[in-house]
Amino acid sequence: MTNYIIRRLLLVPVLLFGVTVIIFAMLQFLEPVERSALYVKDFPKNEKQIEGIIKKYGLDQPIYEQYYRWLVGHVDPATGVRTGGIIYGDFGYSRTGSQPVIDMIKNRFPNTVDLAIWTVFPMLSVGIWLGVKAAVHQNGFIDQAARIFSIVGTSFPTFVFGLLVLILFYAKLGWFPPGKMSDWVSQLIFSGQLKQYTHLLTIDALLNGRFDVFWDAIRHMILPILTLSYINWATFVRVTRSSMLETLRMEYVITARAKGLSEKTVINKHARPNAMLTIVTLAGMQVVGLLGGVVITETVFNYPGIGQAAANAAQQLDVVTVLGFAVFNGFILIVANLIVDILYGVIDPRVRLD
Amino acid sequence: MTTLTSPSADNSLLKEVLPDRKIGRVERILGPENYRIVKGLLKTPASILGFILIGIFVLIAIFAPVIAPPVGKDPYKIPRDGFGGEPKPMGTVWKKNVPEIPFWYKAVTGKDEWVHLLGTAQGQYDIFYGIIWGTRTAFKTGFIVVVATFLIGVIIGSISAYYGGIVDNILMRIVDIFMTIPFIMMALIMAAVLTPMIGRSLIPATLALITFGWMGYSRVIRADILSVKQRDFVLAARVAGVKDGRILFKHIIPNAIFPTLVLASLGIGDVVLSFAALSFLGIGTEIGYADWGQVLSFARNWITSLGDYWYIVVWPGLTLMFFVMGWNLVGDAMRDVLDPRMRGKS
Repeated sequence: MTNYIIRRLLLVPVLLFGVTVIIFAMLQFLEPVERSALYVKDFPKNEKQIEGIIKKYGLDQPIYEQYYRWLVGHVDPATGVRTGGIIYGDFGYSRTGSQPVIDMIKNRFPNTVDLAIWTVFPMLSVGIWLGVKAAVHQNGFIDQAARIFSIVGTSFPTFVFGLLVLILFYAKLGWFPPGKMSDWVSQLIFSGQLKQYTHLLTIDALLNGRFDVFWDAIRHMILPILTLSYINWATFVRVTRSSMLETLRMEYVITARAKGLSEKTVINKHARPNAMLTIVTLAGMQVVGLLGGVVITETVFNYPGIGQAAANAAQQLDVVTVLGFAVFNGFILIVANLIVDILYGVIDPRVRLD
Repeated sequence: MTTLTSPSADNSLLKEVLPDRKIGRVERILGPENYRIVKGLLKTPASILGFILIGIFVLIAIFAPVIAPPVGKDPYKIPRDGFGGEPKPMGTVWKKNVPEIPFWYKAVTGKDEWVHLLGTAQGQYDIFYGIIWGTRTAFKTGFIVVVATFLIGVIIGSISAYYGGIVDNILMRIVDIFMTIPFIMMALIMAAVLTPMIGRSLIPATLALITFGWMGYSRVIRADILSVKQRDFVLAARVAGVKDGRILFKHIIPNAIFPTLVLASLGIGDVVLSFAALSFLGIGTEIGYADWGQVLSFARNWITSLGDYWYIVVWPGLTLMFFVMGWNLVGDAMRDVLDPRMRGKS
């Protein structure tokens, strides 16, 4: 076990290094002066300024020196002020957001987390329930229905599904609007009447005891949650079904049946927990994916998470901002994957032998 | 040994070893293992439906000039009926830039003049044209990306598996790194970086799809080569003094490549899906290029009035869905056939 965790931990620095190198390499396509947004707020105006900035921040230095500077920053010996350094969270300035990239991330990441929290439950519970049902009644009605459902689901592009539910529930019925909150809620927040403890709107609303605000937040999130769940259910149903089918063929399940246990006990107590092992990995991957920002869903529903910000910045060709989000995203994914892998090793003893 | 039949002598043991059936030409060319894969693919109703769907799209792509006669020099430019902002509903009569009327038109629609069959998007881009010619774009990009990712995957995977040890370790860690970065983020970066240099085109999205699409294939072929490597004929070649490169390319890869090849060819659906997603986000082709994602992205400016302009979403959306579904249906059957646990059960 220790061995497994150590080997898995050793992979982390490798991944971090690789990911940052790839992302930094993309920067080299830009002119030195365009890279200045990594360190300064305003785009330099005249020749002289440009030259000064390139020199000051070493934008004409060899790539490895620039990489080092980008990674750990550079302390001015005279003033002691540090510039740059992504390990300190300094990703440069976002010209489309007119603020430092890290502030943009701070503003938007809570929204992404908020959405992820509320998506996890319906996504996991319905997906697993349907998959188990399909496996238990193999080739029965539920199984066939789940099969069709999962094939249609995997073929449905996220954004087409999103647009279709928008047509139905927003444009036609007017039930669930896109965006993040209604105007009156944003005024409440702006005027400070709604105290922000966690910056997660739904949680803050509950902590403030404002159920109207909570309902407003949920109302805005229902369509993205539905879209994300539906797209992921398809995969879930398939994996749960095949994993469950495999488990049901095992000999200990036959033993359990032979000693006269009820079918319910056999499935719920004996088969399902073992089938869960495969599903845990998948669930981990899906949740990690949600945290990484769901670019397309957030864009379709105009939900102000990190994915939408990255897509906007890319459309306006603001490379430094997209890079900042990508590094942040990569970091989240590496850490979250590490946690999932270790948890998996704890749950399933067979992994450690591998 | 041209035909393989059981010996005439009454030997039940041998009879069990040698199958008592005719072995067709196809099976002899592909080998028993690959033949099983092909047969498995053609057996289930789901995969047959998948092949039919794919076939329809192939026909649409081939006969695009007949279905929607090109207007102007570049057929991939969606013809515009003026420049008005508001989308027009289905069946509106076409006024400016009217295409020639093809022979099937009157028989199918019963009308004498060309109308916007599926309506127009903003800027009066005809949706029907976008869908028909977009089919060609889909196949084109799908094919390019699949071939490129397949080649990269096979090269990396086979080197990794054949040499093993430190080479394998390094290459597989590189695969891990590429798999960590979410592909869509990287595509966003690439588009932001490349677009100012080469303009809006298919290239940034295609490059992103290639750069971040090969890892799966390299893992699959690596696993297959690792098992082929153990076989006796490889050992025999090595004993005979055949060079490394020759063993790898002449003996191992041809025996291990088939599953990866089929897998890759079915990847077109996924590639087209990702491509459309990028187009939808506003990364990809220039405005007005026939491309499904692009037509769908027109809907983004009309979210509040989508109730009236639903046809901008529904028609290209369904087209895209059926296209992807065709490949997924075949791919599903493929997964069952390739799954070693299912072997001998189908």
